[in-house]
Amino acid sequence: MASVTFHDVEKAFGTVKAVDGVNFTITEGEFVCLLGPSGCGKTTTLRLIAGLEKATGGNIQIGDLDVTHLAAKDRDIGMVFQDYALYPHMTIGENIGYPLKVRNVPTDARATRIGEVAKNLQIDKLLERRPGEISGGQQQRTSVARAVVHEPQVFLFDEPLSNLDAKLRLEARSFLKHLQREVGVTAVYVTHDQAEAMALADRIAVMNEGRIVQMAPPLEVYHRPGTTFVANFLGSPPMNLLPGKVALDGEPRFVGEAFTIPMQSHVETAVRQHLSDGAQVTVGIRPEHLDLSQDPVSGGFQGPLYALETLGPESLVTLKVGDELLTVRIFSDDAPQLADTVHAAFDPEKLHVFRENGERIPVE
Amino acid sequence: MTRATRTPPSQAQRAARFVLGRITFYVGSSLFAAFFVLPLLWLTVAPFSTLANLDLRLPDPWSLQNFERVFENGFAIRALVQNSMIQGFGAMLLVTLTATLAAYALSRANIPGTTAITYGLVLFSSVVTGTAAMVPIFLMIVQLGLIDTHLGVILVFTGGLLPAAVFIMRDFVDSIPRSYEESAMVAGASSWRVFRDIALPIVRPGMMVVGVWAFVQVWGGFLIPFILLRDADKMPASVAIYSFYTEAGTPLITLTAAYSLLYTLPVLLLYLFVNWRYGFRFFGGIKS
Ligand SMILES: Nc1ncnc2c1ncn2[C@@H]1O[C@H](COP(=O)(O)OP(=O)(O)O)[C@@H](O)[C@H]1O
Ligand SMILES: [Mg+2]
Repeated sequence: MASVTFHDVEKAFGTVKAVDGVNFTITEGEFVCLLGPSGCGKTTTLRLIAGLEKATGGNIQIGDLDVTHLAAKDRDIGMVFQDYALYPHMTIGENIGYPLKVRNVPTDARATRIGEVAKNLQIDKLLERRPGEISGGQQQRTSVARAVVHEPQVFLFDEPLSNLDAKLRLEARSFLKHLQREVGVTAVYVTHDQAEAMALADRIAVMNEGRIVQMAPPLEVYHRPGTTFVANFLGSPPMNLLPGKVALDGEPRFVGEAFTIPMQSHVETAVRQHLSDGAQVTVGIRPEHLDLSQDPVSGGFQGPLYALETLGPESLVTLKVGDELLTVRIFSDDAPQLADTVHAAFDPEKLHVFRENGERIPVE
Repeated sequence: MTRATRTPPSQAQRAARFVLGRITFYVGSSLFAAFFVLPLLWLTVAPFSTLANLDLRLPDPWSLQNFERVFENGFAIRALVQNSMIQGFGAMLLVTLTATLAAYALSRANIPGTTAITYGLVLFSSVVTGTAAMVPIFLMIVQLGLIDTHLGVILVFTGGLLPAAVFIMRDFVDSIPRSYEESAMVAGASSWRVFRDIALPIVRPGMMVVGVWAFVQVWGGFLIPFILLRDADKMPASVAIYSFYTEAGTPLITLTAAYSLLYTLPVLLLYLFVNWRYGFRFFGGIKS
């Protein structure tokens, strides 16, 4: 088990900077998820840790060792690839045992260890089969088994659940969480699925365009998103973001095209500290923090109904506020008789405020 | 009623037309097949007849006399079981191993232009080898002191076959996902080990295809050994078959047929062996 540290790490492919000045420290035994949209540099970051890509700037440390120029084979890492990368010409047992074979572990000891790991991952009945003869879920477990078998310093996962169907994915997710608790090894896990990151991570690193935008525990990222990008990426559906202006003349409030939100006193304090009168802002409110109301609410929203989507126990109600859409998440049982004009109220404590450039104003 | 009686004939007509169509198809394709099969049939039957000519008829009586006379021809037999084997397997090994290594490097190295090199080589080889190049090749082999040696023949064949072999092998190597090799690297394997443990076993079907193909090319090649060899003791079967011609230049059909049958057997056996041992496939990788 070891920590992983990035100092100003850069990776350029020609003129494309896939990773652009990344800094972080992942402590021993921590489970970190790299989360971000496709093409933001997650896989490249992971491959830099593994040594499959060479950094074009900065340096990388595993434990106390500077590994920036160390070959992949010498980094003592276990990695689960997106396509699992099981060797098609070897049996499941041989696949799992390959890292041990390369380390010249004697055949007996190898067999014992393969049996142990396979039993733990519930694939001990499949050891004689070939990768083509087992299911996707079993392939995924085999791939995990091969990554843990030699007890590596660091565990790397590249979207390991993306090739599983929905039901299996949830099952495999719980299983990985369980495994992580049991083994407790340092892990870096790449995903573009925010729910997966929320469920698994000790800390989430949200990436965008080769940079880490925010790195914090899941609830912190959820409750205090550092930028509008993060706010928009997490949550399902994501946070409602509405452009507006600060108005400090008279009663302090946020004024949008089709809404007025009075500031609470602690919000006003923060706003006065960071912004001036008339400044452009984005106000954010999560769909789950909004509620429908029969009557107009002061400081709330109203507008014509745009869409009603029932998702089982919950429903999404979208209304049109000026030119913007506002989504409200409610329990389907509470779905009111919808009039043409819908009113929505929210808990003012849950309001988020962002500068024009997208940075969060700390209002709490 | 009238309507009911009118429908069946049209159905029958349709059926008749269908049957007729099928018959035409089968007769046509049989004729087509016969065109290719007849020489093969002749080859399996004629050697056992003492009176063989170019007609296809069952031997009467069946006889092994032709083979006895062929085996008396020490020159032809040595050509078949020794010289053709040395040259065939020699070039096969050299072509397959070199092409595999080259294809692996061309596929995996991060060097721009590797695809251009591959295609360029193939194009170039079709221009350079063959009859037109025999004079310069002959001069080169003389200067290298390899004239009248098995090695000279093997090298010239290898040179001619390599570009196409690299091209075929590259297709196989390209079809292996890189993640196989990468996961082996992360598991702790050196580059050589990755090649030996992962890439090589997966491209083996490709190597077999290339190997058999190269063997067949050399086995049937006439011009190169005919020009580069002097010593009768080193001539391969493709040249030695002319020892069954009369001095006037007409083939002794009985003996030529028997020798030809022996001549085809190794290729057939090689194919069967490879097919049984490794499976013969023309596409890369292994289904996972
Ligand atoms: N081997 C490569 N050659 C050129 N560009 C690459 C290579 N690998 C990744 N990139 C580019 O780097 C960026 C980040 O890619 P990647 O790390 O795979 O993103 P993610 O895993 O977040 O989807 C993308 O723009 C991608 O096109
Ligand atoms: Mg990726």
